[in-house]
Amino acid sequence: MSVLTLVIEGQDVAGPAGRTILQVARENGVAIPTLCHLEGLSDVGACRLCMVEVEGQRKLLPACVTTIEEGMQVTVNSDRLTAYRRRIVELLFTERNHVCSVCVADRNCELQDLSVEFGVTHFDLPQLHPKATVDATHERFGIDHNRCILCTRCVRVCDEVEGAHTWDVMGRGTEARIITDLGTPWGQSATCTSCGKCVQVCPTGALFEKGRSVGEARRRRPYLPYLVAREGRAR
Amino acid sequence: MADNTIVIEPVTRIEGHAKITIQLDEAGKVADAHFHVTQFRGFERISQGRMLHEMPSLMARICGICPVSHMVASAKACDEILGVTVPPVGVLLRRVLNLAQIVQSHSLSFFYLSSPDLLLGFESDPALRNLVGVAQQAPELARDGVALRRFGQRIIERLGGKRVHPAWVVPGGVSRPLDAEQRASILEEIPDARARAHRTLEWFKANVATWADEAAHLGEFPSLHMGLVHESGNAAYSDGLLRVVDGNGWVLADGVDPRNYWDYLGETVEPWSYLKSTYFKPLGYPAGIYRVGPLARLNVVERLGTPAADAELAEYRERLGRYPSSSFHYHYARLIEIVHCIDMIDEILSDPDILNPHVRARAQVNRNEGVGVSEAPRGVLIHHYRVDDDGVVRWVNLVIATGHNNLAMNRSVLQTARHYVHGAEVKEGMLNRVEAVIRCYDPCLSCSTHAVGQMPLTVDIRDAEGALIRQVSR
Repeated sequence: MSVLTLVIEGQDVAGPAGRTILQVARENGVAIPTLCHLEGLSDVGACRLCMVEVEGQRKLLPACVTTIEEGMQVTVNSDRLTAYRRRIVELLFTERNHVCSVCVADRNCELQDLSVEFGVTHFDLPQLHPKATVDATHERFGIDHNRCILCTRCVRVCDEVEGAHTWDVMGRGTEARIITDLGTPWGQSATCTSCGKCVQVCPTGALFEKGRSVGEARRRRPYLPYLVAREGRAR
Repeated sequence: MADNTIVIEPVTRIEGHAKITIQLDEAGKVADAHFHVTQFRGFERISQGRMLHEMPSLMARICGICPVSHMVASAKACDEILGVTVPPVGVLLRRVLNLAQIVQSHSLSFFYLSSPDLLLGFESDPALRNLVGVAQQAPELARDGVALRRFGQRIIERLGGKRVHPAWVVPGGVSRPLDAEQRASILEEIPDARARAHRTLEWFKANVATWADEAAHLGEFPSLHMGLVHESGNAAYSDGLLRVVDGNGWVLADGVDPRNYWDYLGETVEPWSYLKSTYFKPLGYPAGIYRVGPLARLNVVERLGTPAADAELAEYRERLGRYPSSSFHYHYARLIEIVHCIDMIDEILSDPDILNPHVRARAQVNRNEGVGVSEAPRGVLIHHYRVDDDGVVRWVNLVIATGHNNLAMNRSVLQTARHYVHGAEVKEGMLNRVEAVIRCYDPCLSCSTHAVGQMPLTVDIRDAEGALIRQVSR
C-alpha cells in the first residue's frame, strides 16, 4: 500500500492511499465537523458540514468521501467554510420543527452541539414549519419526523450492521422522509428486528426510546465500539 | 355626545396582556366594565400529535412564573394514563417543588407587583410606584421580597437543575432523587426565609387598617370558593380532592375527584376576551361564580397544617370572619401561605426518607385518558389529556386558575370602577385601583390563554352608544 503525503491546515501529514481527508485529518488531530458521518458506517456526504477547500479545486469537497492524493493542500477552517457550515446548521434547524426545550435529546444532541459551536443563536432564514408527524406505532421506539435531519445514519446502520434494511428514504427535497418497509407504520414492519441500533446512532431526537422524557435520550455507545471495529471495512 | 368609554391598556404589573373597558351611561356614571385578555396562545392545539412523555415539559412552557404547577398537573395526568402509582418520595419531592414555586410566585405578586400600591399609596407618583420606589422608602421590605423569591427559585434549581422550566418532573415521578447536600443547603436557608415571611406579614397586619376603603371596594362580594383539600381538612397543593364552599361556608361539593371536574365546572366563551370563563355548573351561568387561589384556599380548608401558619390563619379569621369575601384579602392570604409553604418544605425535607432513591415508576400507556390537578399559586389547575394506544396525545383540555377567576375579576373591575370612577375625567389613582383589583388575583394571562410577550393593561371608557371617549395606556 502506497503512502501519500499531503498538507492539512498547514500540517504535513501522511496516510495510506484510499483514506479520506476526514480520516487522515482526524488521525492527525485536525477537527472537521460532521453530522451524517459515523465511524464504521459507509459515508454518503449528505450533510456537507465536512466541506473543505483543496488547492487547485474551484469547488469545495466533502472530506468524508474525498480520498487523499499526493501533494494535496487542504484548508479545513476559513471564514468562507465557517460561514457555510453555520448556514448549513441554520438550514437544518429551519427546515423542520426543532424545539430543543421540549426535545428528548436536549443536551445530548449533535445538531444542538453544532449550533453552539457555530454560535447559531437565531435564524436569519424563515422557518418552514412543515407538517410532520410522529410514528409511535413501534412497541419500544418512535420516530419524530419534526426532528429528522435526513442524515441516513439509521438507514445505513440498519442495512450495513443489522442487515435488516428496514429503513429507507422516500420523497425528494423538503418532502423527503425516512420510512420503514416501503412506508408502512414502524409497528407493522415485517423486517424490523427491534434491535434499536437506529435509535442509538440518531444524532438528534428524531429516533427515541418510548418512555424517555425531555433531555433523557441516552445514546448507549456500547454499540459504537462494534461500529468502530468495522472502521475501514465500510468503504 | 362626547365619547364615554375609558380604556386602560395595557394593564401593568400583571403577568400577561390585558385591557379594561369602562362603559359610562348618559350621566357619566359607570354602567359596565370588562376585563379583556387580549392574547391568544393555543397550547391545547400545539400539543396534539406529541408524545405523552414530552407533556410535562411542553406544558411547563405555558408559563415562566408557575411552570412547576403545570408540570405537576401534567405529570399527574400522565401518571393516570400510565396507570402507575408514583413512589411516595416522588410525590413528596413534586410537592416540595410546587411549594417552592408558590413561595417565589407569591413573593413576585406581593412584593414586586402589589407592594408599591400598598406601601407608597394608590395615588402616589406612578413613576416611583414600583419595586425601586419601594426599595427607596422601605429597603428592608424590598430586600425581603427579593430574598423570598430567590429562596423559592433556588429550591427549584436545586431540585430540578434549573430555576425556570426544569425538566425534572416526569410521568411516573421525578427523574432524579434528592441528594443529601442539596437538602442540607435548602434546610440551611429556611430560618432566614421564615423570618422574612413573618416580618412581612407583621408589616401587613400593622397597616391593614389603612386600606379599609380598598378592602371594601376591591372585589367585595359573596361568591363560591374552590380549592384542593386533604382528607384531613388540611390544605393540599399537589394532591387532595376538590371542595367548593359558598360565601356562608355551606359545602356545595366535597371530595370531588378531579377526574369528574366536568360534572361540576362549565366553561363559557365571552366575545370580549380570549380567556374562557368557568362557572360552578350546579348553580349555572353566571350564578355559579367562584374564586380560586389564596383567598379561596384559606376559605375551603379547615386548617393549613403547620402550627405557625395555623396561628396566623386563626388571627386572619378573627379579623376578617371565617369566610372573607373581599378580593383585597388575597394579599393577606398570600402572605400566610408563604409562611405555610416554607414550614411545609421544612417538614417534608426533614424526613430522613426523602433521600430514598426510589422516585419514579415506569410503564407504557395503559389508559387512554387522564386528568391531573394541582394548586398553582393563583388557584386550581386542571390538565386533561386523551392519548392513542401508542402514547400520542390526541386531545387536551386545560382549565387554568385565571379562567376560574374570570367572572370574579370582571365583577371586581365593575365594582371598583363604580366606586372610584365618576365621569370621563379620570384621575390616575382611580385607574390604578381598577388595575390593583386585578392584581389582587395575581392573574397569569399567559397561562390562562394557553401569547407571547411582556405584560402591559389598557382602560377603555365608552359612552352609552359604545363610542370610545378615553383610552389610557402605558
